[in-house]
Amino acid sequence: MTCDKPVPAIDAESEPYWTGAREGRLMIQRCGRTGRCFLYSRRLAPGAEDADIRWIEAKGTGMVYSFTVCHAPAGPAFRDETPYVVVCVELDEGARIVSNLVTGDIDAVHIGQRVEVFFDRVSDDLTVPKFRPAG
Amino acid sequence: MSRSPVIVGVADAPTHERGRALPGATVLSIQRDAANEALAQAGLTMRDVDGLAVAGMWGMPGPGAMQPVLLTEYLGLEWPRYLDGTNVGGAAFVLHAGRAAEAIRSGQADVVLIVYGSLQKSQAARALGGRPAMFSNQWDIPAGLPLPVGAYAMAAQRHAHVYGSTRETLAEIAVATRAWAALNPAAAFREPMTVDDVLDARMIASPLGRYDCCLVTDGGGAVVMTTEERTRDLRTPPVHVLGHGASASHASIAHMPDMAKLEVAEQSSRAAYAMAGRGPAEIDLAMLYDSFTITVLMTLEALGLCGYGEGKEFVRGGRTGPGGAFPVNTNGGGLSYCHPGMYGLFTIIEACHQLWGIAGERQAEGVRTAICHGTGGVLSSGATLILSTENG
Repeated sequence: MTCDKPVPAIDAESEPYWTGAREGRLMIQRCGRTGRCFLYSRRLAPGAEDADIRWIEAKGTGMVYSFTVCHAPAGPAFRDETPYVVVCVELDEGARIVSNLVTGDIDAVHIGQRVEVFFDRVSDDLTVPKFRPAG
Repeated sequence: MSRSPVIVGVADAPTHERGRALPGATVLSIQRDAANEALAQAGLTMRDVDGLAVAGMWGMPGPGAMQPVLLTEYLGLEWPRYLDGTNVGGAAFVLHAGRAAEAIRSGQADVVLIVYGSLQKSQAARALGGRPAMFSNQWDIPAGLPLPVGAYAMAAQRHAHVYGSTRETLAEIAVATRAWAALNPAAAFREPMTVDDVLDARMIASPLGRYDCCLVTDGGGAVVMTTEERTRDLRTPPVHVLGHGASASHASIAHMPDMAKLEVAEQSSRAAYAMAGRGPAEIDLAMLYDSFTITVLMTLEALGLCGYGEGKEFVRGGRTGPGGAFPVNTNGGGLSYCHPGMYGLFTIIEACHQLWGIAGERQAEGVRTAICHGTGGVLSSGATLILSTENG
């Protein structure tokens, strides 16, 4: 099984996220000093030392911070899927993740909507955490 | 006063057929031609140039990674004393002008040339996908976020949620900008357009439709800066650089601190206003990078030209169009005039046209002080300039 869509260039700092996803766990980072959670970007833990930062497993629930319904695809690999929803989810722990919101009711998607993670195994090597309306 | 930084020449590259470069143009020749035209307007030549600033997407990977070096060679500059290749996206040239102002003030350079060129339309180089899924973009790209439009769309959605802006609000901006373009013979799209035309157009990434998005054109331009003292011998009256500022916040839209507020523009403009000793109330013209209609709405608010959430009233009923209370993007903007990919330089070019009073049919009344603001990436970076016919 291969993936015809762009795949993440996984690096040493993101590897725990993608490894966790393969194991069915949504991993985020938490600053031990401030208690704030974030993902990859250090923007939300200003001044934190590397040593303060730990990977933790998120509950996998959150709300739609913002979204867009894509009618023009991001390249040929997405052409057959339009319209599709790209979402910025704010997890209950506070971290933000850009992903897809997979739903049969695109018109009902709204900011503040409760969503939950599911794990889409797109290839043997890659599992992508995506979201669906919380059920 | 004597080394006070000023702009003395500007030029943009001619295009035809909806923004295509003239036959025979290369990405380097359009920059050279614009530079020569801007220098000639001032009464200077390439031999006077001792500082160079450039950014673009051309020549990469390859010599484009060192654009100031390649252009030094191509333009035949002799030992430039000042070089700037800072690339913060479309805001770059506004940032370049601010830094050039300080280089001129300090004596590091006497005549700085800022140039830009792109053949993205002729070369069909633009696509919504295909960017590498690296660093903080390793989430956005696999999700199929069309870039940059999808990121701006998410900001628009958030702005609508927080402040009650609507698709009609955004359409007002597209319509006012097109009305300015109708008065600019150099604009690629000049046909009149209505709010309904914008609302009925093909949806790209909700809530942004076709006419909420900037054009894809070729193009290029040049700006020449020097000292106020030098202008005594030159052809053009000086446009004074009173203040500047720049900042950045994020690379992925996921990490924009508040998706409904363009805080990076608030930061860069605060610095520019403070340096200029001017405030939003003293601005007569705003030239804002309009990559998308939402960019204008959020920039107006962030620059303090209105309060957060007041943008929808500020733009209502053609207020920013010809004959309106507050002129914005009088050249027709990236939405209707040209958008070669990194548009920031054109905000400066048109501000100077207006300040010199040579904008022809689209000349706005009583423009003495203008603000230029460039936005780069996905609302990622910002650079502000405050320009005036008066010094101090």
